[in-house]
Amino acid sequence: MNVIEVKNLTKQFNGFKAVDNISFSVAKGEIFGFLGPNGAGKSTTIKMLCTLTRPTAGQATVAEHDIIREPALVREHIGLVAEKIILYDRLTASENLKFFGHLYHLPKKLIEEKAIKWMKELKMEEWKDKLVGTFSTGMKQRVNIARALLTDPEVLFLDEPTLGLDPQTSRLIRDFIKDLRAHGVTIILTTHIMPEADELSDVIAIIDHGKIIAVDTSQNLKTTIKKEKATLEDVFLQMTGRDMREETHENIPSARGRHMFGGRSRIR
Amino acid sequence: MKYIIRIFIDSLRMARKDLLDFSRDRMQLVFFLIMPVFMMIMTGFIFPTENSLKNIPLGVANQDTGQVSATVTQVLTDMKTSSGDHIFTIKTCTDANAIKDAIKAQKINGGVYIASDFSQMIQQNQPASVSIIPDQSNPQISQILTQLLQQVIAGTSAGLAQAKVGEIIKLTATVSPQLAQANPSAIIQPIQSTIDSLIPGKPNYFQFVAPGIMAMIVMMSVMTGLAVSVSREREAGTLDGLLIAPVSRLSIILGKAFSQTVRGMIQGMIVLLLAILMFGVHVYGSWLIMIVLLFLGVFAFMGIGILVSAVASAQESAMTIMMTLQFPMMFLSGVFFPIQQMPQVMQYISKIIPLTYEAAALRKVIVLGAGLGSVWIEVLILSIFGVVMLAIAVPTFRRVITK
Repeated sequence: MNVIEVKNLTKQFNGFKAVDNISFSVAKGEIFGFLGPNGAGKSTTIKMLCTLTRPTAGQATVAEHDIIREPALVREHIGLVAEKIILYDRLTASENLKFFGHLYHLPKKLIEEKAIKWMKELKMEEWKDKLVGTFSTGMKQRVNIARALLTDPEVLFLDEPTLGLDPQTSRLIRDFIKDLRAHGVTIILTTHIMPEADELSDVIAIIDHGKIIAVDTSQNLKTTIKKEKATLEDVFLQMTGRDMREETHENIPSARGRHMFGGRSRIR
Repeated sequence: MKYIIRIFIDSLRMARKDLLDFSRDRMQLVFFLIMPVFMMIMTGFIFPTENSLKNIPLGVANQDTGQVSATVTQVLTDMKTSSGDHIFTIKTCTDANAIKDAIKAQKINGGVYIASDFSQMIQQNQPASVSIIPDQSNPQISQILTQLLQQVIAGTSAGLAQAKVGEIIKLTATVSPQLAQANPSAIIQPIQSTIDSLIPGKPNYFQFVAPGIMAMIVMMSVMTGLAVSVSREREAGTLDGLLIAPVSRLSIILGKAFSQTVRGMIQGMIVLLLAILMFGVHVYGSWLIMIVLLFLGVFAFMGIGILVSAVASAQESAMTIMMTLQFPMMFLSGVFFPIQQMPQVMQYISKIIPLTYEAAALRKVIVLGAGLGSVWIEVLILSIFGVVMLAIAVPTFRRVITK
């Protein structure tokens, strides 16, 4: 059974195709490694699947709900760890978790139980009553993951979850991701760390210039290139080329933070 | 129904979170409390009132040696404010030119020149004159000063006239016995005016400005607070956390509006308390109507705040947009200056600013003790403005927030 079905999904920003007619599916309980150079369309795809951005064309279902027609139902079944940490600095770890938990209309007691459970698993329990603003990036990210998991989502989106973390925390988080798979959570993982993608992913998709150029297991991808002991990085570089991505993305609202009007209504 | 209750509860949760977050930012909290205090104190002390005028250096050049001119000088010296301070500090000058020179040197704020033939002219029953020399570089002071000096001179002049008319009456009483009963002051000034005020006491600039400042602070707090708070969450990324939760977009924006309303009302109350405790403002109308009006003001401004928060992607731009909108509102809404003083074009503009109605209604209630019956037009206009703005803003916010 597929938890995510994407069909001909396209997102245009002022004529620029950030995501160009992509289709793929993710099976239940799978870790789906979503790789691509900067600006390839990874984040835009994830935003569309999380109902944060409306697709220009195409369709997709997440946990059997249509992202365009039933966004509210999709939201009940997903968790998101985005590029930016979704926590309030001036609230304590447990205040943050309770606040977000309540938004899912779960019973108070259940939220408290879950909060303690996930913080224990992520080794943050002793810090639960401290302000998030005083935490290191690694500590924040652990609470952030606890927040995303609070409601036992069927699908968890992890957008570069180990970015800027020390090896200890990265290890903890990677092991934790494996644990989640063991519990049947479907995970969409984006990362630029190739060994991490190789270690965790059941299936890897490579996206470039808004198009998916490969979807397969890491093992199979490595056999496609003629090199002994090929790594995933070799595969990635061969497929996406060695050119650095220097085109600007002034058409993408999220990329122009300095502009007066970020998202005007014609971008829909 | 269940859906509506859920939206409401969700928005209360958002508001609670916002206020908790806000209450832990000490720096912001301090400035939040200081801002209305500054606002009141600044407006309180930069506008001169008669009470604030004391020990004004006044040049007097008295070239006359008679009794009357000595009396005028004495009256000026002895004039006191209600708190017992001398109004003038008299500086003796030789002649009119000396006074003008002293004004140019800014040693005095004005002068009075009495010519050498002053007493003589009075004795000969010819019009005698006193010149008042104002300091035109300071229009505010010179206006009050001129007024005061004219009063003093008119008073002295009336006293002299009474004595003279009294003598005339005595002399003519033999011819006309009826005239002997006459009151000399009624002959000099047959019509007297009295002031029958709606409220006791003299009008004070604070009574005028305090309701307006209250309205303005609440407006600024709600509009800027809303826009900045949404764009701050957008920048930090936490807005995405709210947007992926199964809550209505309406709850998110209502929650923000609730928390900003609480903040705005607190600041408005600080202004009112300061006005009452420090500046002797008295609330003549009902407190209930006043608070209802403040809430209505919040409601009217909310739509603008939501609209700006929808279009501004960053805190910086939210602030810039707000400053641009608020500045004309501040000055054209009659908060500081009466609208009647403005040029016609500006008066038309002030008519489309909701703050105008908010300030006018609050002023009527606080200063004149008006009831709901006298402010219903303002209430209606503010309600319509609020509904229309929200009807535009909420759908825009919903659409723009998910690009």
